[in-house]
Amino acid sequence: MSNPPSQIMTPHPYPGKLIIVEGIDGSGKSTQLLLLHKWLESKGYKVFFTEWNSSELVKDTTKRGKKNKSLTPTTFSLLHATDFASRLYHEILPPLKAGMIVLADRYVYTAFARDVVRGVSPEWIRKLYSFAIIPDMAFYYRVPIETAISRVLGGTRGQFKYYEAGMDMNLHPDVTESFRLFQSRILDQYDKIVDEFQLMPMDATKDIEAQQNDMRRLVGEALKDYKPRRGTHGRRTVFWRRFDVSKSE
Amino acid sequence: MVDAQYFGDGLTYLNPSDLKGKLIAIEGTDGVGRSTHIEMLQEWLEVQGYGVVTTGWTRSNLMSKTIEMAKEGNILDRWSFSLLYATDFADRLEHEIIPALRSGFIVLADRYIYTALARDFVRSGNRQWARDVFGFALVPDLVCYMRIDIETLVLRVIETKGMNFWESGMDLRLGSDLYDSFKKYQSLLIEEFDKMAEEFHFEVIDARKSPDEIQDALRSKIQPLLTANLRSPSLPSDRLIHPA
Repeated sequence: MSNPPSQIMTPHPYPGKLIIVEGIDGSGKSTQLLLLHKWLESKGYKVFFTEWNSSELVKDTTKRGKKNKSLTPTTFSLLHATDFASRLYHEILPPLKAGMIVLADRYVYTAFARDVVRGVSPEWIRKLYSFAIIPDMAFYYRVPIETAISRVLGGTRGQFKYYEAGMDMNLHPDVTESFRLFQSRILDQYDKIVDEFQLMPMDATKDIEAQQNDMRRLVGEALKDYKPRRGTHGRRTVFWRRFDVSKSE
Repeated sequence: MVDAQYFGDGLTYLNPSDLKGKLIAIEGTDGVGRSTHIEMLQEWLEVQGYGVVTTGWTRSNLMSKTIEMAKEGNILDRWSFSLLYATDFADRLEHEIIPALRSGFIVLADRYIYTALARDFVRSGNRQWARDVFGFALVPDLVCYMRIDIETLVLRVIETKGMNFWESGMDLRLGSDLYDSFKKYQSLLIEEFDKMAEEFHFEVIDARKSPDEIQDALRSKIQPLLTANLRSPSLPSDRLIHPA
């Protein structure tokens, strides 16, 4: 416990850039990241996108555990950490090493906020993810709970999912009320995390275009000295391809 | 488990103070005969009237299939390798081990977190992270470590089930073939188990001996736990010798 938790993760030494977004469900963070993705690609950058809880390794297990409601706060947390570890190794590190821009929808801060609300120890969860690397840019989309609720209900999804509403915590029998209580607690945790890990707070109540302009301006500034890797058909790629083949045999 | 304790940062939502049973972990490298001896111990305890629950590494409802699949695909990196086992262990701890201990059962665990700690250390050279991850584990009442030397182990494994990819640590590329790799990998594991045996006060059982001798040694380590805290299995008539 000699290190403050914020110093447990290490910065990465790779030529690529890691940009992540955080925020509760209905904060609009995924929309903003999608628009950023389009913009970066239009500028000619090589971009790789990765999303929370999407790895082949544990996706089905998490789904099964959620379905039969057998997940405890600790197994819930560990499954997501396994997912993250697998994606870090297979999806995040290789493109960063190759000099690409990696966009991540949710990062370890999601676990720090959500799993602590579910009841795991804040110290434990930070140590669990200490193998993660510090992102180059981390945006936090801050939104009042009522705005988030009306966005989720009025949006494409139209309803709350069981775990997203924290129904496993028996906070309230009504799903909307449960969502309100659960996500409000997550908002409180995020507020602490923003200070602890210096996330960039973004006003998620603004118009989509206005938010995207802010984001593009900030990312543009941060990428001023970034030299994108071009020439994917250059000699280097051929070398690695050959190397790969001999190794897997 | 009168003063049940967590290994590190525990389950904050679960107070371990009311666990009446006993948690006994049987540790040791692959092929050392753990499961056979656990079966015999269960029989021995049940005959004496103790309720026994056994729990085995990777046998959780949640994770056993996932771990098998991951191993088949050889898609494991160091972190998810340890985290898959941690998830399996957490599922069994909360759904099997703790409920059984609360009801007063003796829980015999075929492998415990020390297996994961040794495997992670051999892969990473770092002890801290895996110990932090498994902080939610209960400290067992007793850890019996079935110790064997590598030469005896190699012969025994070849005679019985043979060597497999993961037990040989082939993901680590320690040797040019299965045999060399198995020997190096298991030697490293034994070395780490030996260190942990001192640090965590394992009871060391010489697993090179005959099955009967090993079983006797295990029983003699377990016996003192039984008389200490569980209700004595002796007949109630004993108490009638000196009526009030």
